[in-house]
Amino acid sequence: MINSEQYLVHKEPYYQPQGNEVTLFEAAYGARLPVMVKGPTGCGKSRFVEFMAWKLRRPLITVACNEDMTASDLVGRYLLDAGGTRWLDGPLTTAARIGAICYLDEIVEARQDTTVVIHPLTDHRRTLPLDKKGELVAAHPDFQLVISYNPGYQSLLKDLKQSTKQRFTGFDFDYPEADLEADILGRETGIARDIAVQLTKIGAAGRRLKGHGLDEGISTRLLVYAATLIQHGVGARDACRMALVRPITDDPDIRQTLDHAIDATFA
Amino acid sequence: MAATAPVFQHAPTEVYWTALDCGFPQVAEVFEACLLDAQARLSSKGVDAYIDAARTLGKLGRGVEPVLAFLESWPAAAEAAGEGALPALMELVRAIQKSPNGKALAPLMQTLAPVASRLKSVELTARYIAIARDLMERTTGSIHGFQQTQPSPGLPEFFTQAPLLLAQMTLTGLAHWVDYGVRNTRHHPERQQEFFSLNSADSRAVLQRERHGTLFLSVERQLDLYLRALWGDSEHLIPYSTAFDELRQPVPYYDHLGLRVPDAQEDARGVSGIDRYRVILAHMVGHRRWTKPLIADNYSPFQRMAIEFFEDCRVETLLMREYPGLRRLFLALHPHPVAGACDPEKASCLRHRLAMISRALLDSAHGYTDPHLMEFVARFHAVLAHGTASTREIADIALAYVTRTRRQSDQLANVYFDDTVVDYRDDNRQMWQFIEEGDEEEAFDQERKAEFKDEPDRLPPRHYPEWDYQSQSYRPDWVSVYETLHASGDASDIDGLLLKHAALAKQLKRLFDLLKPQDKVRLRYQEEGSELDLDIALRSLIDFKSGVTPDPRINMSHRTNGRDIAVLLLLDLSASLNDTVAGGVPGSQQSILQLSQEAVSLLAWAVDTLGDPLAIAGFHSNTRHDVRYQHIKGYSEKWGDPVKARLAALDAGYSTRMGAALRHAGHYLETQKADKKLMLILTDGEPADVDTADERTLIEDARQAVKELDTRNIYTHCINLDPRADEYVSQIFGHRYTVIDNIARLPERLPQLFVALTK
Ligand SMILES: Nc1ncnc2c1ncn2[C@@H]1O[C@H](COP(=O)(O)OP(=O)(O)OP(=O)(O)O)[C@@H](O)[C@H]1O
Ligand SMILES: [Mg+2]
Repeated sequence: MINSEQYLVHKEPYYQPQGNEVTLFEAAYGARLPVMVKGPTGCGKSRFVEFMAWKLRRPLITVACNEDMTASDLVGRYLLDAGGTRWLDGPLTTAARIGAICYLDEIVEARQDTTVVIHPLTDHRRTLPLDKKGELVAAHPDFQLVISYNPGYQSLLKDLKQSTKQRFTGFDFDYPEADLEADILGRETGIARDIAVQLTKIGAAGRRLKGHGLDEGISTRLLVYAATLIQHGVGARDACRMALVRPITDDPDIRQTLDHAIDATFA
Repeated sequence: MAATAPVFQHAPTEVYWTALDCGFPQVAEVFEACLLDAQARLSSKGVDAYIDAARTLGKLGRGVEPVLAFLESWPAAAEAAGEGALPALMELVRAIQKSPNGKALAPLMQTLAPVASRLKSVELTARYIAIARDLMERTTGSIHGFQQTQPSPGLPEFFTQAPLLLAQMTLTGLAHWVDYGVRNTRHHPERQQEFFSLNSADSRAVLQRERHGTLFLSVERQLDLYLRALWGDSEHLIPYSTAFDELRQPVPYYDHLGLRVPDAQEDARGVSGIDRYRVILAHMVGHRRWTKPLIADNYSPFQRMAIEFFEDCRVETLLMREYPGLRRLFLALHPHPVAGACDPEKASCLRHRLAMISRALLDSAHGYTDPHLMEFVARFHAVLAHGTASTREIADIALAYVTRTRRQSDQLANVYFDDTVVDYRDDNRQMWQFIEEGDEEEAFDQERKAEFKDEPDRLPPRHYPEWDYQSQSYRPDWVSVYETLHASGDASDIDGLLLKHAALAKQLKRLFDLLKPQDKVRLRYQEEGSELDLDIALRSLIDFKSGVTPDPRINMSHRTNGRDIAVLLLLDLSASLNDTVAGGVPGSQQSILQLSQEAVSLLAWAVDTLGDPLAIAGFHSNTRHDVRYQHIKGYSEKWGDPVKARLAALDAGYSTRMGAALRHAGHYLETQKADKKLMLILTDGEPADVDTADERTLIEDARQAVKELDTRNIYTHCINLDPRADEYVSQIFGHRYTVIDNIARLPERLPQLFVALTK
């Protein structure tokens, strides 16, 4: 038997709700409806799912999807070994068997023929056929599927199929309001409130440039990095340049504008 | 030679006067003053050289003006640039004297002092002289190749403009400007004169390009980003010229068309040009956020000035709350008037008082001690302590301040101006509403009305350079492109056209369906796939045989990649499109325009089913000042009724200035996110415009524009309906063109061509 203990989230993750998403998620989980969390990179999607798993006391199995992933990477495969063959469940199958929340992070990264394997799990059937093994796994009653995706950097080629999208309930995430975001920075890094507020201001400046030379705004994650650097004794301007500007763009006009925003903010 | 010896007050003057040996009575009048000036500024050797040079000038036979001007200006010039500059100057004088350019001597001498005050060194003055000499030698006309007989039309103008030019450009810039002028006007005396007197558009444009300081054009995007990122504002920025009016410098302002800013900013007071721009913008943003207009009629001009100073400080205080780092910039740029510098007995000091309190409101370390000032600074901060206060509240404080500190002498006409101009602040025209039209308001209002007339309510133009093949250089900002949305007609007309071509449409659909899957990509390391990947399979087998866990991913498969092509279709809508077509459907005389309409509709419909992002635009021109670029379909628009309606209203007129349209279209296509970018140009003739006589000019410019697009990864292809097009079209587009000589078949050929290009 699989030890589902190992997948439990033991310590309460810090999650700052932005609205009523916690209640809504609980409702979706209550009805065992699949959930899709959408939002730009580093805005707290993964953190939210982790928090919900803890709150609902369900094991959490996270799969970071990528282009090379095949259906077998999710479902499982026969391994050949000297003694013959041995079946190994994939993470999705494991989650379905033990009644975990299975979180497929960045689902669009996976190829479309991979994503269809989740279809039978997401409708009333709640089953997972293991074709190669000739087994039909009925999902555990506590099993739930959660996917995340970032609508920002999708090319036309990488959108989810309608037939996939229409199997999920959805949450739209975005970067938190300045106040909440400052709270988050404080909680995550212990940084002083006034500096946290200044950091969110620079974050906001960067986000306004999305679509004007920036594909993505400055994420909460990067603000956390900047705060962390400052907490480690790096000067605020240097920390901001290093964590907020250098990673996100090579466009000199944007760099200079953000650098100026930093100078204008930290008098 | 001296007829009647003048009487001088100082004896030694006589000696120099004799040495000067000059008979002009005008010179006699000023000589003593000039000499005293020279003795005060020059070494004694320098004075001797001065007199010697003046003597030479007086004997050139060019009248009194050169010697008179030299006597008056040299002492100051020599003090600024150094006495050592004299030999080079006299060398130039001799060269001018040997040429037919004697008329240029007077302006050369007249502008010497201001020129030298810019150049400040012997070396630079020598370079200036060399530039002038080069200009002279290249523009003095020689007839029959051996004798120079025609004076240079540009040289006197050049000397006259030199002080203004050097205020804007470095010597290198000046040399470029001169060189451009010489190359482009050598054989046109009138144009040359216009160029060097700064009366022609290209002369101003080249000057603009060569100016020092931070040019608006080079930081426009940064300023757009700045407004957006820091202030969430996306207002249009419109530069005004600062180059041609040294006395009345225009001031920033904003109106319904956008924020008006200077076209260049020098670094000043330790603040870089770009930061000065940012401060100008921030200040106007502040007004746009927080200033509510007041009724002007209620106040005297003094009161209004006070209210403006206080309100400017209020918005700046609020701006600094938002971004504390702005304080450094504001304080660096705001003057710091000296207390007591203005004498109330002699001048009106109100401006000075207001500038001081303005400083004090921003700068807690202002250092002033006047109790009234201190009291009002405290009152100002008190109303702003909680929240943003309002224009109204601040106006009340300002009014109380003027009343409290009023002086009789405020009425004096002699206003004390030193250190009172805050040059980053706008003219505050948005702060006032006028109800009754009084005298002074009238002038203000008329100015605004005129502005409306001059600039119809459309987007301000974008300027593009044009390639001048003769000089092999760009004419900067030569062409103005205006953008509009194409007029709309009846969308159902287009549906009718599509219906008419139903059979063709069906055929096209099949063709386009074939396009959809393309670009096979091999995927290796697949557990399941369409075929065995032998290399990997063998490796796995070996692993298996040797007791190691083998890799099960021994297959490969193929994936079809989606298309990633963005297309822009650019239609020439010039007058020739109205011509009718021979050989069309018998009995129906179709115009090229109608056929284009059909062809474009079919293409747009087909491309839409394919899903490639497509934009359609048309252009025509009426001289370089008015190139119109009309949007018919944007990338984000679906192929639907609004687009069809615009296509239905397609209209032709004017000429074909293709280069500018290509550049403008390129700017749209460039921002598309796609692997491949295709610009299709549908035209029926060669580039031409009414203001360009030399037909090669616009062809060469279009060719240059295509090259530019090429470097930006935009693939161009021209579909030309002019059967004799091959010659010029290949010059422009290389081999990337198709001439359709049976125009009647355009509706069929255009989509086919598209398929062929993107297969
Ligand atoms: N609401 C929140 N409460 C607590 N922390 C948050 C919140 N939002 C963002 N964070 C912080 O931001 C970081 C990034 O969040 P997370 O990893 O959840 O982003 P994500 O949306 O999953 O990004 P990606 O799409 O790149 O995976 C977290 O590590 C946490 O520090
Ligand atoms: Mg994540």
